[in-house]
Amino acid sequence: MEQKKYWQNLGELNDTEGHQKLVKDEFQEDLPFSDDGKGLLDAKAPRRDFLKYLGFSTAAAALAASCETPVRKSIPYLNKPENLTPGVAEYFATTYVREGDSLPVLAKVRDGRPIKIEGNELSALTGRKGGTSAQAQASVLGIYDVARLRYPAEIVNGELKEFPGSGFEGVDRKIPGELNGPATVLLTSSIHSPTTRQVISEFLAKNPGSRHVQYDAISYSAMLQANEACYGKRAIPSYHFEKAKTIVSIEADFLGTWLNFVEYAGQYAQGRKLNMKSPEMSKHIHFEGSLSLTGANADDRFLHRPSETGAVVLNLLAKLGGNVSAPAIGDEKLRKGIDMAVAALGANKGAALVVCGSNDINIQIVVNAINEAIGANGTTIDWSAPLQIRQGTDEEMAQLVRDMNDGKVDGLLIYEANPAYNYHNAEGFKSGLKKVKVSVSFNDKLDETTALCKYVIPHHHYLESWGDAEPKTGYISMLQPTIAPLFRTRYFQTSLLKWTGNNSDYETYFKNYWLTKLGSQEAFDKTLQDGVIEPAAETISATAFNGASLTDAAAKVIAMKPGSKTELVLYQKVSIGSGADSNNPWLQEMPDPITKATWDNYVMIPYTLADELGIKLDDVYEMNPPKPVIILTINGKELKLPILAIPGMHPNVVAVALGYGRTDKLGVAAGGVGQNVYPFVNGAGGTREYYVSSVEYKKTDTTYPIAYTQTHNQYEGRVEAVREFSLNDFKKDPEVIPQYREELAEEFAKETGEYRTESTLYPNYESPGAHWGMSIDLNSCIGCGACTIACTAENNVPVVGKYEVARNHEMHWLRIDRYFAVYRGKSDGDDLNVIFMPMLCQHCDNAPCENVCPVAATNHSSEGLNQMAYNRCIGTRYCANNCPFKVRRFNWADYTGADSFPDNQKPLVGDGQMEPVVLMMNDDLSRMVLNPDVTVRSRGVMEKCSFCVQRLQDAKLHAKKAQDPTLIRDVKTACMQACPTQAIVFGNVNDKQSMVYKIRHEEQVERTFYALEQLHVLPNINYLAKVRNTERPVGVKDKFHKEPAAEAKPRAHS
Amino acid sequence: MIHHRLTVKKIVQGLALILSLFIVNVSRAQDGRALFNQNCAVCHNVFKKVIGPELGGVEDRGPWKDRKKLYAWIHNPAGFMANDPYTQSLKSQSGGMMMTAFPQLTEAQIDAIINHVNTTYAAGPGGGAPGQPIPTAVTAPESDNTLLYGVLTLILAIVALILLQVNSTLKKLSDDKEGIPSVEPIPFYRNKLYIALTIVVLFIVGGYFTIQGAIGLGRTKNYEPVQPIYYSHKVHAGIKQINCLYCHSAAQESKQSGIPSVNVCMNCHMAINEYVKGPKIYKADGSEVNGTAEIQKLYKYAGWDPDKNEYTGEGKPIEWIRIHNLPDHVYFNHSQHIVVGKQQCQTCHGPVTQMDEVYQFGELNMGWCINCHRETKVQFTDNKFYSIYEKFHEDIKNKKLDSVTVEMIGGTECQKCHY
Repeated sequence: MEQKKYWQNLGELNDTEGHQKLVKDEFQEDLPFSDDGKGLLDAKAPRRDFLKYLGFSTAAAALAASCETPVRKSIPYLNKPENLTPGVAEYFATTYVREGDSLPVLAKVRDGRPIKIEGNELSALTGRKGGTSAQAQASVLGIYDVARLRYPAEIVNGELKEFPGSGFEGVDRKIPGELNGPATVLLTSSIHSPTTRQVISEFLAKNPGSRHVQYDAISYSAMLQANEACYGKRAIPSYHFEKAKTIVSIEADFLGTWLNFVEYAGQYAQGRKLNMKSPEMSKHIHFEGSLSLTGANADDRFLHRPSETGAVVLNLLAKLGGNVSAPAIGDEKLRKGIDMAVAALGANKGAALVVCGSNDINIQIVVNAINEAIGANGTTIDWSAPLQIRQGTDEEMAQLVRDMNDGKVDGLLIYEANPAYNYHNAEGFKSGLKKVKVSVSFNDKLDETTALCKYVIPHHHYLESWGDAEPKTGYISMLQPTIAPLFRTRYFQTSLLKWTGNNSDYETYFKNYWLTKLGSQEAFDKTLQDGVIEPAAETISATAFNGASLTDAAAKVIAMKPGSKTELVLYQKVSIGSGADSNNPWLQEMPDPITKATWDNYVMIPYTLADELGIKLDDVYEMNPPKPVIILTINGKELKLPILAIPGMHPNVVAVALGYGRTDKLGVAAGGVGQNVYPFVNGAGGTREYYVSSVEYKKTDTTYPIAYTQTHNQYEGRVEAVREFSLNDFKKDPEVIPQYREELAEEFAKETGEYRTESTLYPNYESPGAHWGMSIDLNSCIGCGACTIACTAENNVPVVGKYEVARNHEMHWLRIDRYFAVYRGKSDGDDLNVIFMPMLCQHCDNAPCENVCPVAATNHSSEGLNQMAYNRCIGTRYCANNCPFKVRRFNWADYTGADSFPDNQKPLVGDGQMEPVVLMMNDDLSRMVLNPDVTVRSRGVMEKCSFCVQRLQDAKLHAKKAQDPTLIRDVKTACMQACPTQAIVFGNVNDKQSMVYKIRHEEQVERTFYALEQLHVLPNINYLAKVRNTERPVGVKDKFHKEPAAEAKPRAHS
Repeated sequence: MIHHRLTVKKIVQGLALILSLFIVNVSRAQDGRALFNQNCAVCHNVFKKVIGPELGGVEDRGPWKDRKKLYAWIHNPAGFMANDPYTQSLKSQSGGMMMTAFPQLTEAQIDAIINHVNTTYAAGPGGGAPGQPIPTAVTAPESDNTLLYGVLTLILAIVALILLQVNSTLKKLSDDKEGIPSVEPIPFYRNKLYIALTIVVLFIVGGYFTIQGAIGLGRTKNYEPVQPIYYSHKVHAGIKQINCLYCHSAAQESKQSGIPSVNVCMNCHMAINEYVKGPKIYKADGSEVNGTAEIQKLYKYAGWDPDKNEYTGEGKPIEWIRIHNLPDHVYFNHSQHIVVGKQQCQTCHGPVTQMDEVYQFGELNMGWCINCHRETKVQFTDNKFYSIYEKFHEDIKNKKLDSVTVEMIGGTECQKCHY
């Protein structure tokens, strides 16, 4: 059976009753009075009650109105800092650093508060375009996290006992004395800050017998050790995906979570941008068991068990001419996949790259050999600038845990590491920690490890810190504070310096280090201003490969026996990652790109397994939040989690996300969400491997609600919102979309042929000055969600909590629709096509929402904006009902505390109280993140994407002051600026030099389409059709999209 | 003919020259005081030494009789001092402090300043000229006839009532005479017509006041709160002619005009520590204000010890009461109006130069904003930004349009102010 359409959920696929009901009603909740057919007087809210309420509310309003106008104060500075103007934002170059991850960023500081993060365009690590990740975007909320520790303390039974005074005198008096044992261990995440490394080495030199152990939450130990064996360097090289014409990834989620993924996403997208004159693009073949973000973007995707990874890479190597024997592969499709990969790699030697996400040393040695065979070393793999963001090896950590349990460790200093939570042998670590005499944590929250330590001296948030980072050798990025420390926190480095006997603090130390290194104050200032020091020109160099270890490694890989039962993949979500920022409500509420689920982890299972378990994937399953719970038995331990059935999974693979199941002390957003699966990480082979080769499962009778958004915001079966071609089809007939447009004109504009003006009753809007437009390239969009979070931060989009998301109340202005298309009957899912389509207000020039608003609260501007005046809106919600794209969001409650009436924080409909996490976002501290240029919406009003109108107005103001209209040519919206792949382009379409005009009318004419073009809503956002470099059938045949070869109409003017 | 033409031309030229000289002179005389206040008053007083020496009689001291030397000194004090023993000794007297250079002052401007100093000095410390007569906007009291009409209406209503009463009495009398049995008179409070009329009147009057009250909610025209320091804009902006933007400098860059920080006040008030010469100032209740005492309040906030001429480091910011409040859902940008729109502060803030304590002059309601946007013309041809409005430029060229208002470029659309 060939699939006929793109679908987001099973209801849509099978057009079930529940789905039909869903698309019929924009709002799913029942009206607050019952429709029992008994007549008005007998209804729950009869006429008299209505009159009573009316009278009461009038009286209440009168009472409220008679309150005095509050006296507001204007308090200027006593002594205003120079260069600071209240009301004008400033940008400081700094670096996002978190447990080894790092990204050069700019922090927008408005009236002393950092409120937004942008990528630093001077850095190659952001693609020199300022690309970021969802986590970097969300990190600005982290500084205002109410759960941050606020002072140094002694920890007694998990409770904090504050040090008197500032706390630091007490700390410095007490702890160094207790730390006098020789065996002090410094346990940190990977340190790539040059100054911090120097501080640590001085500390170690002063304390003989002490040592430094680096421990990463997600281990890359195998790559480090394999590279040591093959290249003599315990390091991870830089990758250049943009130079690869063939990319083969085996389980490496390099667009979402793997190593330096923001940089890779930018590089990857370069190879995917199509030049219409000669449409060529890289080919990406992906092998995996579960469905990852990167897999979803692949051209061709093949499924294998995680325990077969070794067999897959060995086969690749053998067929590429490596002198190894490879085990036979049973699955025919997988065999074909390997052949396809080999052919593609072989055809592009010197422009090919293989990456592998396995954490098995031998497998990584084989991968190194493959890369050697395809000439990647020195072309797509660069050894001149190794990555420094992951340096920890598992053996070091295992040794530390053994030593701790043997009582060989006297003091343990922990910085940005949380093994009590994310180490597979957390129990071993905890029992060892009890034997350590003095344990000091420098973590910023009372996390699982910190709660077991003796002291905690919380370190600053990165936005409060000086510092440096060197994520790639030679690529240095500076940190500078954007706000004075909010709490009594201190640099962890300062503690080390003090305890080394060096009395200067880290700030001075850092400045002296760089002043010496850079030579002058001017050079130092310049570096701080730029934020980065990077090599001017990229030089890619190889390192000699030593294949001595290969024979042994290959033998060991052959010896790996593929499992026969169901296997479990432990993966990281794009939003939560390893779990370092679990308490970030923005990340928790961001729908997972694949499952569209928020606020939980769950078991991703293939459809076949659902059948086997007797779980009917019907309306009851699909339309309601409660999902069946199953019990996984893993090595004798039980794990109870709800399921989500996902297409594109290997029939014998289930997957669960890491990073959940946190302690309540981490904050209300993290606590009690999901289950911790780190204990199931397999460490038996010496390295931590993120799969389990045999799990048992059984169904329970219970259910657990999961708030997922994949059944929300449905088009009424109008799936032609998205367009996709295979590269070959597209080359053959690139005129499909222009042809379709002509057909529309023929049908609806018989007289003039002008579809825009003739096919409507409404007047044509003219834009005498600027006209804003956006173009979104579906080929570049990888679905990572950085734009969603950037939009949330820029536009004060509220957090609503799981309960509210579950009942369709999520507020994101920009969602990423994920479409599946499978060409299959009961396919195994390896011919699945996944498309991501960012969907936001299309700012239609003929907007259906505008016509139905009874109070003209939403109307059209002369610049093509669909305006939303919140203070005019009376909340009829007609507009949302009439929006074909379902992008309008209604404030069901006072989520952001905009009202002066506290009662408004109770939801309008339903029985639930506002969730604790929403109240947390209403804390005075959390509210500091709000953008003062954007109104905080109150209860009962509609809201939606505004095209970041505050940025447009600001850009226009600057252009008017400078008397230069070119300054508004390519204005950046928040989503555009955050995008790591430059999929989004925005600008003034009336300006023929603007990027968006050029894309639409010159460069990408053939791929330019508008969502639901036949509705004649005239969107101001255009999309560029997705093109997939594959031989598989791609695209959907609907009534508008004619079979190009068979019934292609002669074009009107040809 | 040719001769005549030449003569006419010469006469015109001469007249123009004289006129222009006159204009220059006028501007100089006006500028002297302002220039002095802007540039010199921070450190110099005419009559006494403050940070720098008193300026009265300056031309009788040192080398300053020679204007050329004075120009050189003011333009570049460090350069001049190298060869001049007098200024070197001045420097050592004032503890090594040196005058700031003012290269931007033209010679004419320096002349104007010296003229101002000399005239002020000649008048003596007590008889300081009160400065320019303050141009008082003639605001004739609005002839308000409401009361008159009200009284007239009332009288007419009473007359009408009496007439009605007389009419009914006469009718009754005539009925009695003619023997028509009279109906028992209904007292007016049970007369349905009266009751209905009263209700209608009450409804209309009540409705009017309710709606007016509701519309007026949160509007605070003429709001004039008592501020922590009696700061007179009349003295500063009016009499002393300090430019608005000297203190509210943020108005050029930011959405907020910015209340000046205390250090900006101290720029001048480090030197100006008493209020003696200006006109008497009064509070709203009529009591006189001691200006010097108010300056002392400032010193307290600034943490300035006027005796030792140094900061004690114990300052605190002044908590001014905010007068102009817009609702949170309104975005207003000062720099847009001042820099781009080239509006005067007074357009919205009223005659600030005549206000002692500032009150809210404008309505600050939406109709008030919108009206201005409808009427105000954009700097359409002057500002190159507007070149993108090709159609309007075309229309202007073809005389279809004579000017472009803010409304025409979208200035009354919702999302120009609400987002």
